Amino acid sequence: MNSIILNNYLLASGLLFTLGFAGVLLRRNIIIIFMCLELMLNAANLSLVAFSRFHVGADGLPNYNAQVLVFFIITVAAAEVAVGLAIIVALYRARQTTHVEDIQSLKF
Amino acid sequence: MLAFGVSVVLNRDPVASALSLVGSFLCLAALFVGLDAFFIGVIQILVYAGAVMVLFLFIIMLLDLRAEKRRHFNRLALAGGGIVSVAFAAELIHVLAQFPMGHLPFRPLGVEKLDDVRLVGTTLFSNFNLPFQVVGVLVLVATVGVVVLSRRELK
Repeated sequence: MNSIILNNYLLASGLLFTLGFAGVLLRRNIIIIFMCLELMLNAANLSLVAFSRFHVGADGLPNYNAQVLVFFIITVAAAEVAVGLAIIVALYRARQTTHVEDIQSLKF
Repeated sequence: MLAFGVSVVLNRDPVASALSLVGSFLCLAALFVGLDAFFIGVIQILVYAGAVMVLFLFIIMLLDLRAEKRRHFNRLALAGGGIVSVAFAAELIHVLAQFPMGHLPFRPLGVEKLDDVRLVGTTLFSNFNLPFQVVGVLVLVATVGVVVLSRRELK
């Protein structure tokens, strides 16, 4: 059996990012676009963790700088979700739609 | 994980889409644990699969979104998005095939037991103390922003 190489994880991460990217480009529901953004952030996290495990230092430990960065990304993403969903709710109250093509003016 | 990701993008019903996203996050957490990043895996489940997805589902239920009706798609946008995504994936595979480090297997860890949480904490509070506090301010700003956004009536 082949051992797992770094590329396996990088490929999975890249494909997950592509899925999120395709979702942002193709879908028209703003909540699903937002979920696809989360998907892209998580793809970045996966490649960071894979590199962290790949780079075993002299002391035999993974590189923890990458994992701290992942921790920051998760924190920022959680804050971003809260703000974004508040904006979506405000938008829905004003316009009764979550379809991005229905929202075309910059100013109400 | 990728199957759940596909289902997030393709599902017409936002609730099904959100539940697939939960599945994708859980599989991702399993991958993190497999990469010996136990703390990140647990955080992934708690924060993403727990808090963030509950928030998403709450908003979907609150707004009472039905499954999207089949709209008249903008064919040009659809084709453009598809082409860009496929091109991105092809480019990625091309680059990864040439990446020399990518073909090396993972080396085993040099320690018997990995003291994961302590090591993450030590790194976080010694090397990354200032960013940590900045993130604290960011979360505070986000909290205030959400309160303002949800209280003020938008005209």
